[in-house]
Amino acid sequence: MKPPAFEYFDPRTPEEAIGLLGEHGDAAKILAGGQSLVPMLNLRLLRPGCLIDINAAAGLSFIEMKGEELAIGARTRQRAIERSALVREKCPLLHEAMPFIAHFQIRNRGTIGGSLSHADPAAELPAVVTALGGTLILRSVRGERAVKADDFHVAYLTTALEPDELLTEIRLPVQAPQTGSAFLEVSRRHGDFALAAVAAWVRLDKNGRCEAAKLVLAGVHGVPFQSAAAQASLIGTTLSPGDAAQASRLIATELDPQSDLHASSDYRRQAARVLAARALEQAASRARMQAQE
Amino acid sequence: MSQRVIRLQVNGQPREGEAPARKLLVDFLREDLGLTGTHVGCEHGVCGACTIVMDGEAVRSCLLFAVQAEGASIATVESLADGERLHALQQSFHECHALQCGFCTPGILMSMLAFLSETPAPTEEQIRVALSGNLCRCTGYQNIVRAVQMAAARMAGK
Amino acid sequence: MRKARYIGINQLRLEDRRLLTGTGKYVADVRFPGMASAAVLRSQEAHARILEIDTSRARALPGVLAVFTARDLGGVGGIPMRLAPREALQKCFQKPLASDRVRYVGEPVALVVAADRYIAEDALELIDVSLDALPPVADLELGRSAGAAVLHASLGGNVAEHIVMRVGDPEGALARAPVRLKERFRIQRHTGIPMETRGLLAAYDRGTDTLSVWGAAKVPHFNRQILADLLGRPETSVRMIETDVGGGFGVRGEFYPEDFLVPWAAIALGRPVQWIEDRLEHMMATNHSREQVHYVEVGVRRDGTIEAMLTRAVHDMGAYVRTNGFVAPERAAAFVPGPYRIRNFLAEVDCVMTTKTPTGSYRGPGRYEAAFVRERTIDLVARELKLDPAEVRRRNFVQPQEMPYNVGTKAFGHDVIYDSGDYPRLFGQALERAGYEALRAEQAEARAKGRFMGIGLAPFVEKTGVGPWETARVRIDGSGAVAIYSGVTSVGQGMETVLAQICAEQLGVPPEKIIVRHGDTAEIPQGAGAYGSRGTVTGGSALWDAAGKVRDKLVRLAAHRMEVSAEELELRDGAVVLPGTDLSMSFRELARAALPGQPMPAGMEPGLDISAYYVVKETAHPYGVHVAVVDVDAELGVVKVRKYLIAYDIGVAVNPMLVEGQLVGGFAQGLGGALLEELVYSDKAQLLTGSFMDYLLPTSVEMPSSVEVLLMQEAPSPHNALGLKGAGEGGTVAVGAAIANAVEDALAPLGIRVTTLPLSPNAIFELIRAARKAG
Repeated sequence: MKPPAFEYFDPRTPEEAIGLLGEHGDAAKILAGGQSLVPMLNLRLLRPGCLIDINAAAGLSFIEMKGEELAIGARTRQRAIERSALVREKCPLLHEAMPFIAHFQIRNRGTIGGSLSHADPAAELPAVVTALGGTLILRSVRGERAVKADDFHVAYLTTALEPDELLTEIRLPVQAPQTGSAFLEVSRRHGDFALAAVAAWVRLDKNGRCEAAKLVLAGVHGVPFQSAAAQASLIGTTLSPGDAAQASRLIATELDPQSDLHASSDYRRQAARVLAARALEQAASRARMQAQE
Repeated sequence: MSQRVIRLQVNGQPREGEAPARKLLVDFLREDLGLTGTHVGCEHGVCGACTIVMDGEAVRSCLLFAVQAEGASIATVESLADGERLHALQQSFHECHALQCGFCTPGILMSMLAFLSETPAPTEEQIRVALSGNLCRCTGYQNIVRAVQMAAARMAGK
Repeated sequence: MRKARYIGINQLRLEDRRLLTGTGKYVADVRFPGMASAAVLRSQEAHARILEIDTSRARALPGVLAVFTARDLGGVGGIPMRLAPREALQKCFQKPLASDRVRYVGEPVALVVAADRYIAEDALELIDVSLDALPPVADLELGRSAGAAVLHASLGGNVAEHIVMRVGDPEGALARAPVRLKERFRIQRHTGIPMETRGLLAAYDRGTDTLSVWGAAKVPHFNRQILADLLGRPETSVRMIETDVGGGFGVRGEFYPEDFLVPWAAIALGRPVQWIEDRLEHMMATNHSREQVHYVEVGVRRDGTIEAMLTRAVHDMGAYVRTNGFVAPERAAAFVPGPYRIRNFLAEVDCVMTTKTPTGSYRGPGRYEAAFVRERTIDLVARELKLDPAEVRRRNFVQPQEMPYNVGTKAFGHDVIYDSGDYPRLFGQALERAGYEALRAEQAEARAKGRFMGIGLAPFVEKTGVGPWETARVRIDGSGAVAIYSGVTSVGQGMETVLAQICAEQLGVPPEKIIVRHGDTAEIPQGAGAYGSRGTVTGGSALWDAAGKVRDKLVRLAAHRMEVSAEELELRDGAVVLPGTDLSMSFRELARAALPGQPMPAGMEPGLDISAYYVVKETAHPYGVHVAVVDVDAELGVVKVRKYLIAYDIGVAVNPMLVEGQLVGGFAQGLGGALLEELVYSDKAQLLTGSFMDYLLPTSVEMPSSVEVLLMQEAPSPHNALGLKGAGEGGTVAVGAAIANAVEDALAPLGIRVTTLPLSPNAIFELIRAARKAG
């Protein structure tokens, strides 16, 4: 389990990294945290011609407010996000989801941008960033563009990133008032990829009725999964257990998860339904607490 | 294959070596620097036997290339004891029978060293979660949890 | 026996310091200048004819020293069975490299030796193997059917062995029983997975014609014999050296193809060769275990008394018969009766060859399977008769006055005879400690609230201290230090500490001061090793004898020199003293006094260096009870083991702390088998769980927050001087049974029936769905 040989670059700036990407394109892989990439190299499942290690590139690791949005540099370690008071305050859903990602030693190296770019459908961050309505900033020698998280995840392990593009930043709308969120997951063991997970938030109007809701699931589809019908069904309701059950049934109806070693399609559908209902109830109760404050 | 020179601090000492870019940090530590206390258990980041502390954080040395440690400050299990005197973690592991074959132990010690520096008074639940990134096949973890609790109390007493 | 001073104390381990400070030496830590690194090309096909292997591109790669295929090995024979060889099984032995056919994914096809492992792996990718695919045999039950492809032509089919154990009149008693039940049970393929993979370093010294092999474990002496035979060398010219070992669990240390290939390559190339198995290799190359299907029939009276029990089973041997032979299937057959009086019993086991990784012993071989089958059956009986499962067990236990109790089954052709014990008493103690009645009350409350809580019971009897014999040598060296040379080995369980305690008891020297040597065949020419929970029982008994003889000699010699009576003397801290006086002779002085030519009592031979054998005539049978308490999230299928109790009577615990460590650690492995671990094959016999991403070992979070041990020492073994019984496997064997019983109990309101492991969320989901469909 030793990696194949590759050419190695460690650019000092994002510009230099983007330049190398432009030059090597498909033959290159970006090495960020390496917590998914290096295992694949050690297993010789990948043999990139070159690795562009962005760990020494300045300016890709930050957590700060940019206007109304929380901006996170793509190479920000997952652990820094987990520890960030700003993330906890502005995006409690993201904060809540962080400990579900593998183990702390992995989060010490793993980056938010790496996880999003790798786009494992059972990973937590793609679902959470989608649930939060995040925007991803992609840069190449051709320029910069912003892609909504909804559009970023294209298919299983596939994103909107062009071969010459680097994900540099993630922008997240902050949590609105009267909003509650929840993240729930079922996995074989603590720290494993999700058999099913759900990131949910709901916002109440002044009468305590749901005015906005979002539920995004991981582990049950090739990309983070959401059901417009389920979300719409919640609008105007009091988010009673019955309302939550109804919405989660809609999700289950639309879902057609893949079977794999760890769980069948039917199991995943049921887990998605159960977790969605539980997450909605938890998010609703948190939103009500918020409303009372 | 082209070699790269790597300069770093290991266990408080400046060290230098040469390695091709693909050489894993754990192999560099073991083979080039002779620090065989860090073990290789799975080479895909799951078992935690190769865990070291790099720039203050516990990381898997099987998921890093040696070239990435250029300029870093690394601590391995060999740094823990002060001469004949065991570190509080080591002493607690000894007294609680928290190791059997000992193969996973260096990785666990380094994980717990980093964990306790951030969480000096952990609950049992916190210890179990922090420990879950290191696999042990001998002990069933129970005595490791006790040892970490004991070490935390001793380190706080200092 | 004198009042024990060192036996029975929680002596902290002598091994710990080196292992805690990173100064232990595991095989990968032994490195020589000029050492080359080996890698093995393994078959990616489950079953195929080898048409051609072209190594030319690999050999041309810079840094590659050699590439070997079967053709280079000449006529080397198959790797023999270590235990109880039988003729039919010999037709299924594996050669170190496949020559004309591959029979499992992972089978060694070629060996690369290169400057380092990175280059060696590059070279593997440059070897071109052309294969002609043959039909795989993935399923053990299909494997014995008429249409299945035959793996070993000379066998004439895929059933390598048919084991039959018959007691009384099982068919007749079953037919006459008022209540009859039947069920099919399946135990999934899983295995030991030590945290250290296997590895070897071999160096050949042409000058002295000596081959040295580091990395031996478990059975270095047996392996020396196999290696010497395969190489056609005298045994004494082969030196096996046990390093620190990162866990064994039965799978590590057996003689595998690499155990021949690496030493052979070191001789062929004239330089040291190291091979360290990587995890990917380990998952497909190191023995698998446990895969069995049982068709059980049981006949009972309405009060729950068992009249007859029959199991017709199939055991998956994998592609070749490995060194352990048929230990697991035979033990499974022999231990299905367990602690119960079953006077009409039948076990038949077909040992079937399949195109999967060969299987061998894993901690509690056969007994984990047997306990699952037996204890699930008892619970089925209890449910059928609407009796408390504890009550059904009470009605069937072998009673203490029946000891020694002949089960009527056989292990290695010897009768299985339980040596001592009071099974009902320990069962009562376990239920009391677990608070069984209170748990049942709590369960009733939980059920009323719609929660699913379950309690599972699983009593068992173990077989420990297995043969054939063991050696120990005790020597007082010239400096007066005590050295032990033991034939047993350490796979991480704390053997050095336990041996030192036993020796300390005889010689009055603190264990910390005793030097313990083991596992180097140059230093210790004979030994048997570490398997079958035997180290303390057999190695300890041999040592007790040898150390006792040294003690007697020290005392007699001192008495002679001091001109006092031997009865008056005592051993204290490395000296023989006359209490109440300042008369004393240190071990150092006595070592000198024992040199040839010194004055000695009449008839005494010189030297303070005594060896002893312990020959196993009867094995020791500890017994125990596991109690599991689980909570099940029925919607998500998630099982949480809340509480677990292991009650175990091992006669005498030399070091209770280490015994508890064995039991709790053993439990964790059992838990893996119950909930998480499975080596899954596709119908093409491709291994699908080839890494730690898919093969799931328990972590600290899956463990219950308390595994309680009720360690009892009420029934010593009559078969050895100290009354010892082994502790290595009792924590593991009943876990699958207890947790399965608890899960079924938890979900009893839904009417599920647990017949397979592991109980993954998906499996629970399917069980509930099946019950709903049926109901």
